[in-house]
Amino acid sequence: MSAGNAAEWPLWEVFVRSKAGLDHKHCGSLHAADAKMAVQMGRDVYTRRQEGVSVWVVRSDQIVASDPADKAAYFDPAEDKVYRHPTFYELPKSLDHM
Amino acid sequence: MQGSIALQRTAEVQYVLRIGDTALILAQRLAEWCGHAPALEEDIALANMALDLVGQARALLTRAGQLEGLCGGQVLDEDQLAFLRDERDYLNATLTELPRGDFAFTTLRNLFAATWFKLLWERLRESSDADVAATAGKAVKEARYHQQHAADWVVRLADGTPESRARTEAALDALWRYTAELFEDDAVDAAAEQSGLGPRRSALREAWRADVTAVFAEAGLALPKDAAFRSTGMRGVHSEHMGFVLAEMQHLQRSFPGGVW
Repeated sequence: MSAGNAAEWPLWEVFVRSKAGLDHKHCGSLHAADAKMAVQMGRDVYTRRQEGVSVWVVRSDQIVASDPADKAAYFDPAEDKVYRHPTFYELPKSLDHM
Repeated sequence: MQGSIALQRTAEVQYVLRIGDTALILAQRLAEWCGHAPALEEDIALANMALDLVGQARALLTRAGQLEGLCGGQVLDEDQLAFLRDERDYLNATLTELPRGDFAFTTLRNLFAATWFKLLWERLRESSDADVAATAGKAVKEARYHQQHAADWVVRLADGTPESRARTEAALDALWRYTAELFEDDAVDAAAEQSGLGPRRSALREAWRADVTAVFAEAGLALPKDAAFRSTGMRGVHSEHMGFVLAEMQHLQRSFPGGVW
């Protein structure tokens, strides 16, 4: 396997829906020349063991991500706000699995 | 069980073996790409295809072994048929036993074979043999994907760089003469058509050419002229490459009879 070709192909993120009604979940990434090839490769690489019924792919460079340097500013403030979890309410028994 | 087995070779058994062996030997050739494909993703895609083909071969070899028993021969299982026959009892199309070549060669061969399989499985869903029909119902979905995947690659390579174009043209030049065999009738085909087991090979020719022509139009390739040459793998007379395929494929069962995982 030469790294040459793969290095020239862009990276794609792959999302697989495990069954109808569920969300597409991120399951990994792969290299492909274009969208059509990426969907086929996604099928071949990530659904070999019946993992899915639908595949989404998106160019990795099209994803906008939060800056790891902002981690503290972005996410730490939620740390001491436990009241945001709905654990302080008494739920009726019929809603047991909420 | 290392001794070679012999077959009765009724028309029915031959018809089923021709399809099963073509799948089996192509699977063996595709498996050779494992760890060598141009990209990791394609490596997995080729191995997936090989495994689909092994699955199809297993079903048909199992059925052929039962048919062999029904016509008064010894009942044989899929492993005996896959590993213990001599070269002349394999009835795969010669096309599939040719060495894997470069990626363009493999891809173009996959297109030719997958298009043939797709059309054949579509017809075999109506086979008078319930086992063959059931296998076809499952296999046709696999073949459609193989055909699509191979067609996309042929277009990419033919329409790619001067290097990939040249390799695709060279592959076409080398492979085309071996496709004629896929559509040549003989007594086995006539019997299968008569009994409803499956279509005669010539019945697939026009649809196959139409499918390949459509892909070639997109790829900027033309169907080459037909030559007088005819390969004869489906009659058991193989190219010089077949013995090497079998040597590798059969080695373990011949050296360690009955060995299992």
